[in-house]
Amino acid sequence: MASAPGVNYLNESSGLWSWLTTLDHKRIGIMYMISVLSFFLIGGIFALLMRLELINAGKLFIEANTYNQFMTFHGAIMTFMVIIPGVPAFIGNFILPLQLGAKDVAFPRVNLLSWYCLMIGAIISFSSLIFGGADTGWTFYTPYSIDKAAGGTLLMVLGAFVMGFSSILTGLNFVATTHRLRAPGMTFFRMPLMVWALYSTAIIQIIATPVLGITLLLLALEKILGIGFFDPKLGGDPVLFQHFFWFYSHPAVYIMILPAMGIVSELITTFSKKQVFGYKAIAFSSVGIAAVSFFVWGHHMFVSGQSLWAAWLFSLITMLVGVPTAIKVFNWVATLYQGSIEFRSPMLYAFGFIFLFTIGGVTGIFLATLGTDVHFHDTYFVVAHFHYVMVGGTLMAIMGGIYYWLPKMFGRMYNEFLAQMTFVLIFLGFNVTFFPQFILGSMGMPRRYYNYLPEYESLNQISTFGSWMIGAGFFLALGVIIHSITRGEKAPDNPWGSKTLEWQTSSPPPHENFRETPVVTGGPYEFSS
Amino acid sequence: MLGFIFSSLFNLIFVNANASTYMPFQGTELSESIDSLYGFLIITSLISFVLLIGGMIWFAFKYKRRTDNDSTPNIHGNTALEFLWSFIPFVIFMIVFVWGIIIHKDMRNMPKDAFEIQVTGYQWGWKFDYKSGVQTNGEFAVPVGVPVKLIMKSDEVLHSFFIPAFRIKQDVVPGIYTSLWFNARTPGDYQVFCTEYCGTSHSNMLATLKVMAPNDFENWLIENSKVKDLPLAERGRLIIEKGTCVSCHNISNERKIGPGFAGLWGSNREFADGSSAVADENYIRESILYPAKKIVKGYANQMNAQNLSESELQAVIEYFKAQASSNESNKDTSMNLREQ
Repeated sequence: MASAPGVNYLNESSGLWSWLTTLDHKRIGIMYMISVLSFFLIGGIFALLMRLELINAGKLFIEANTYNQFMTFHGAIMTFMVIIPGVPAFIGNFILPLQLGAKDVAFPRVNLLSWYCLMIGAIISFSSLIFGGADTGWTFYTPYSIDKAAGGTLLMVLGAFVMGFSSILTGLNFVATTHRLRAPGMTFFRMPLMVWALYSTAIIQIIATPVLGITLLLLALEKILGIGFFDPKLGGDPVLFQHFFWFYSHPAVYIMILPAMGIVSELITTFSKKQVFGYKAIAFSSVGIAAVSFFVWGHHMFVSGQSLWAAWLFSLITMLVGVPTAIKVFNWVATLYQGSIEFRSPMLYAFGFIFLFTIGGVTGIFLATLGTDVHFHDTYFVVAHFHYVMVGGTLMAIMGGIYYWLPKMFGRMYNEFLAQMTFVLIFLGFNVTFFPQFILGSMGMPRRYYNYLPEYESLNQISTFGSWMIGAGFFLALGVIIHSITRGEKAPDNPWGSKTLEWQTSSPPPHENFRETPVVTGGPYEFSS
Repeated sequence: MLGFIFSSLFNLIFVNANASTYMPFQGTELSESIDSLYGFLIITSLISFVLLIGGMIWFAFKYKRRTDNDSTPNIHGNTALEFLWSFIPFVIFMIVFVWGIIIHKDMRNMPKDAFEIQVTGYQWGWKFDYKSGVQTNGEFAVPVGVPVKLIMKSDEVLHSFFIPAFRIKQDVVPGIYTSLWFNARTPGDYQVFCTEYCGTSHSNMLATLKVMAPNDFENWLIENSKVKDLPLAERGRLIIEKGTCVSCHNISNERKIGPGFAGLWGSNREFADGSSAVADENYIRESILYPAKKIVKGYANQMNAQNLSESELQAVIEYFKAQASSNESNKDTSMNLREQ
């Protein structure tokens, strides 16, 4: 169906109902964008309130129980509702079919269903607030979660269970789309690296997420019917829960970071106008990370009482994940060599990603090493490490990706100066917030602490101050995005001079993406030919 | 404000005594060898960070876009380079892996002749049982220079026993015994944390380890075994101050998670359901054994039942009585109470 010029996916029909029943991957992507950004706002407010409470030892304005609930909601919202759907379901939904030269994803109805799963799951999770909230942390460790936790914990568990289906369905769709709907001439090795990253992610989503579903279901059965899977009083094993939980949740870390790495590959090549260095190495390292990620879950359990041999094996395999990760970072830096580098906001975020992700990566080695992990385990060192990877990595990439694809999504440009200011605030604020936490962890301050010893106070104050800078940066970014969508300058079809297919159609794209099916004759980053 | 941040960061980095690593005091030989591995990791990380990020920044400025028509070379890769930057990290990872498990083996191999102490983690505190029958709460002592083994259990939820100065940590898992060992080399007081989230007072679930010269340790054991012979009120004071009570209640009348203790005896308690009662023997007993029955107005129902023996209950009740009679103004209320 070729639509008339000037008609695009945004204006071809109107009304809330046309959005809620849409099968267009781009509209579903935008609906994910609105949901994910709203959840991010809520999760972020919980984070700011927690940091405020931690500005001094003892009580500032909330009680311990309230703090524990904030900690749980911050963690659960940010993982299940922001970072997991953030890149694949939001940016991936919009970009994947466009980059493949496809009209849509393979199963558009399933795609819409996955958005409803996320929303229904989110509503169930939030409803736990009415029934006493949840205070287990996002990890739901047993036996605390079985009989000691706050009254709404079961709803939080069920919400996460339902949201899991959203993730599985999206993964299924992406695998089918990548295999079946590539444009003529688009061989596997002509796919953009973003597609490789989303494809690897999708495989993890399909294989790992059902394990989380089963685990949460067992937990729910135990809570409702008293069947003893995990509670030793009923003959269960609390450590078994940890094995099940991390069998999903470690691969889930790669659901969060792999697609972000895909975004960075796109940004680095576009803004240095250069062929990517080591295309196959980056592509295969995505698949390699996805494969190995299933065999490292035990590194979350080095002090849980698992056997010595298990600990050694998990430490070894965890080290192996470091290799493909290092390859990616080196290849990105090598891509800059002799490039033509433009300092636009998306590129600044890509630089920020490499800077912060490198710190997150090397501190990961501290935690993979058995001798040192025992000291750092469950201290603020771990909190700093995973925030450097998840926020410094994934969120930086999401921000860069939003600025990069905003012209394509809405046909409008953003304000470059203000966008760069958001980078400065978020990047500096992030380091001021989280770097002191490495030191706090080294000094021994445990995580999930409402109260702490006086010697940890000054570093906590620096950290809280930094959180305000991050907060200011993200609020400014929200303003920049809204301003761009409502009154930004009109964007050309290909403002950055990118070579991938999404930039060869109009901005915003028409309903079925391309007026004529594109034919691919070369790789995605051939800037010099 | 930024100036303040940087100057405090500067102070932290260059002025603090332990500043080179920020690791706590090295209380055991093992902690020293862990810190050398940590130092190696810091140095290799710094070098790789500077190479990578330095390279990135250098390239970014050196190859900054000059014109919109800049042409760039078509470099697809370089096998030798790519091999190098996969192989060198791999070698470093293997070095720290082997180094790490060597240390871990020492950490987990329990010495056979160790001095054993039974540890119980509970919501929210730590109990310690010695073979001589001495039992303490929130505080335990060990002799210096002797290998000590902790055999740990929990009856309800997960906890984790962490001594930063010794760099050791082990989850305490309901249903099984887990263990830790250390050989402390310097007398002094050491902080113990709970590092597995366990609910409301997780961050107040602290204990103190006292490392003592052998003679002092013997005296400490004798001191603590005499607790039974102390006057009741004095024994009650020890139960309250060294036990869990103070993780949620203040000795003063200041509010913590629960109400403060001062002035409790004989006072009129108003409850969340609107009823009220006078704090007497039965009220105190019930509040300890069945804390959910009467919730003081303005507080949440958060306390777990405390498993005190009859004689411990008596001692605690006597403590409250003694507190009241040591205070002139409270004396009258308790007199009135007796007259009623």
